[in-house]
Amino acid sequence: MPREDYEVIIGLEVHSELSTKTKIFCSCPTEFGGAPNTHTCPVCMAMPGTLPVLNEKVVEYAVKAGLATNCEISRDSKNDRKNYFYPDLPKSYQISQFDKPLCEHGYVEIETENGPKRIRLTRIHIEEDAGKLNHDPYGRGSLVDLNRAGVPLIEIVSEPDLRSSQEVEAYMRKLKSILEYIEVSDCKMQEGSLRADVNVSIRPKGSKEYGTRTEMKNMNSFRSIVRAIEYEVERQVEVIDNGGTITQETLRWDDVSGKTFPMRDKEDAQDYRYFPDPDLVAIRLSDEYIQNIKDNLPELPESRKERYLNEYHLTEKEANILTSSKYLSDMFEKASKICGNIKSVVNWLLSDVSRILNEKELEPDQMPFNAEALAELITLIDKGTISSAIAKKVLEEMFTTPEKMPSKIIEEKGWVQISDEGAIKEVVLQILSQNSQSVADYKAGKDKALGFLVGQAMKLTKGKANPQMLNKMFIEEINKI
Amino acid sequence: MNITDLTVHELKEKLEKKEITISEITKAYVDRIVDKEKDVKAFVTTLTDTALAQAQEIEEKVKKGEVTSEYAGIPIGIKDNLCTKGVKTTCSSKMLENFIAPYDATVVEKINSNGMINLGKLNMDEFAMGASTEYSAFKKTCNPWNLNKVPGGSSGGSAAAVAAGLVPWALGSDTGGSIRQPSSFCGVVGLKPTYGLVSRYGLVAFASSLDQIGPITKDVKDSAMLLNIIAGHDEKDTTSINIEKKDYVKALKNDVKGLKIGVPKEYFGEGINSEVKEALERAIEEYKSMGAIVEECSVPIADYALATYYIIACAEASSNLGRFDGIRYGYRTPNFENLKDIFVNSRTEGFGAEVKRRIILGTYVLSSGYYDAYYKKAQQVRTLVKKEFDKAFEKYDILITPTSPTVAFDIGVRSNNPLEMYLADICTVSVNIAGLPGISIPCGVDKTGMPIGMQIIGKHFDEETILNAAYTYEQKIKFREKYKPEFK
Repeated sequence: MPREDYEVIIGLEVHSELSTKTKIFCSCPTEFGGAPNTHTCPVCMAMPGTLPVLNEKVVEYAVKAGLATNCEISRDSKNDRKNYFYPDLPKSYQISQFDKPLCEHGYVEIETENGPKRIRLTRIHIEEDAGKLNHDPYGRGSLVDLNRAGVPLIEIVSEPDLRSSQEVEAYMRKLKSILEYIEVSDCKMQEGSLRADVNVSIRPKGSKEYGTRTEMKNMNSFRSIVRAIEYEVERQVEVIDNGGTITQETLRWDDVSGKTFPMRDKEDAQDYRYFPDPDLVAIRLSDEYIQNIKDNLPELPESRKERYLNEYHLTEKEANILTSSKYLSDMFEKASKICGNIKSVVNWLLSDVSRILNEKELEPDQMPFNAEALAELITLIDKGTISSAIAKKVLEEMFTTPEKMPSKIIEEKGWVQISDEGAIKEVVLQILSQNSQSVADYKAGKDKALGFLVGQAMKLTKGKANPQMLNKMFIEEINKI
Repeated sequence: MNITDLTVHELKEKLEKKEITISEITKAYVDRIVDKEKDVKAFVTTLTDTALAQAQEIEEKVKKGEVTSEYAGIPIGIKDNLCTKGVKTTCSSKMLENFIAPYDATVVEKINSNGMINLGKLNMDEFAMGASTEYSAFKKTCNPWNLNKVPGGSSGGSAAAVAAGLVPWALGSDTGGSIRQPSSFCGVVGLKPTYGLVSRYGLVAFASSLDQIGPITKDVKDSAMLLNIIAGHDEKDTTSINIEKKDYVKALKNDVKGLKIGVPKEYFGEGINSEVKEALERAIEEYKSMGAIVEECSVPIADYALATYYIIACAEASSNLGRFDGIRYGYRTPNFENLKDIFVNSRTEGFGAEVKRRIILGTYVLSSGYYDAYYKKAQQVRTLVKKEFDKAFEKYDILITPTSPTVAFDIGVRSNNPLEMYLADICTVSVNIAGLPGISIPCGVDKTGMPIGMQIIGKHFDEETILNAAYTYEQKIKFREKYKPEFK
């Protein structure tokens, strides 16, 4: 059966690290990095006799996420233990939520080829992250780093509503932007603070029953998620077309070979023996508490987009791209405010900056320079200190040496535009003396000759001469001849 | 005067009158331990080497006014499942044989901040699982009333040490009777406070929803005093309750006139030794004679308490003891080829048979397919047990039962029969299931001279009433004046 005759069914479990200052059950910092086991205490190292104390900020952040994704917030929730042995799990159980998650029955809307589509969320629950194993490259064993153990996570579980890798990417990007907007997670995928378990199955179009699904765990880049889904769908189609059946299993995506492999641990057969954590009391939320969070929810992408259309008169497309990333959108607003040239900020962000980000395969939040730098670049153009051509070169430099402001770059590189009348005149006179034929041509009515002369002058000054001044001065001087 | 015969309130009085010094008290206990510990075997770790120096230090601080607590210089023994910074906390398990906690349990912090002197860590059943202290990986503690008998458990080391005068008082922990039952066997006073009254932070968890730390003392007044020290909300334990602090000594009024006492008949049925029953009946008569109103009552669900208890306690234990995996601390097997070997062999070699039995039982009752039939059902029964006690307490101020169906049994007779060992908890477990306070006080001896314990159960956070009831009875019968352990 051809690929087009199959329907692809995808559901996601997205884990997002919350950006609280301290861990979920102790007061250790959540900061990324740090020497191994320095962000730890007896509680997150699971010393005998220690007890967890729930960080109230974690509940608040999760409720925020739930409200921003149209979930119902549970008034009566609890923590459960998920039991399994692994060296990075110091208590040998993860404190999570089983049958009473904080948030349920939500949805987010994504843009698809066929217009907007609602992706339903089953639930959002809070849990703790595990530590990390550092494998000795010389094969002498593994070392446990518990800095990440106890960092708060939310797990956002979707219904199997996604039908293609494109929809998955759009959904992930939407979630990422919502979480960034409400400032509950920095969503740095490269640091693992946003990652997804992807469940994929296929079925003949029109069929009502789901096929057997496979799960790809801990995917942390949009590109690999899309590639992995494409690969896995092809694989499943091939298996079924050859008369085989899909085994329900956990797969590992290998980015280098571009293939999925079955994970060899016995996780699938595992029984986590969930039960309510007796060390923690029930989480009871009042209507007032929830309403208060709702009232203070930051501006979400949709309303920001509306504002851009109405206040800044941006096009639908411009507003969509800018608001898709809170980082990009914040950058736009901040730079615009500093330099006052909205149109120019939009153009730079959506053309040259986006182009370079694409080339370098970076996400907007990985832009190395800040809004102040971008605003200064635009002001330098507006003041005539540099030409647009030079500005593009400065932007490239800003990506490689982000610690330098544009003014510093042009000063060091000697890229300041020549706008001094005497200096321009000198250049003009020199070019005129060397190109008498072009002068004659211009006088004979060939306007193109002027362009040639300006071009020669730019060449001589390595692009630094002010083009408007050159134009004006050439005409003046030719008329004198 | 023999210092180690005195209660803490007597010691305090003599200290206040300057009849004795802090150093003299500690020295007396150190000498007593040196003399008698070899017979009783109550300690896992003794701190006799450092205790004297510590006593002198405290004495200096008291003179300079740096330590002002009325308990400064009073020695204490601590059950070996309470974390003590710098001193081994073994839980009487090979798993933690050399484990030194990097922090103090909240109750230990309180002991230290009062300038009290830790004489050592007391023996127990491994991870508090047992009723005879025979399941300690290191030694079998003997009952000072008869060295061939068990001291009860799991706080057997604590109860035996108090009975033998090796410590003036001790801290124990009680999950299903582990303070009250050994106190009954050793003829001392053991109080399990209401769940949530004392912080569990630093108590190596057996069953988190049942565990509670409490005092084991020579008499009721000491019990009230030690409860004053250890009770109170702790932000490190969210299950500890934030209520106004009480003075439990003030509750001791030596008066039970009009006190309504219920005697649940379920605790006097089959399996309860006749001499125990008779001792209880005599005690009940005493209460009547002192003006209390006594009635027989019924808590029918109590029959299911033992099964409920073992399901819940083992389920929680199976999870709580997961952290002993050979990775970060504690015993690690030398025999491994891979990760699974480390887990399996460390736990196989590090845990004793009873601990493994309970982990397996607990793992089973939480497994998918069995959860509803066991764990969930047990939680439902737990709710019923609570309701029935609540109902009984609408009518009565306290309930009186035996602490244990028998007096202390011989070492070795039950250690290979888990079910019979579990029956030793039959009178005490429902108190933990309902989260109520319970105290065991001696109410006589049997024909062989072994002490019999009476359990008084109270309403949630109403330790005052059970302490007063126990105190009033104690003042009347003066058990300590009539009976003493044999080797004194």
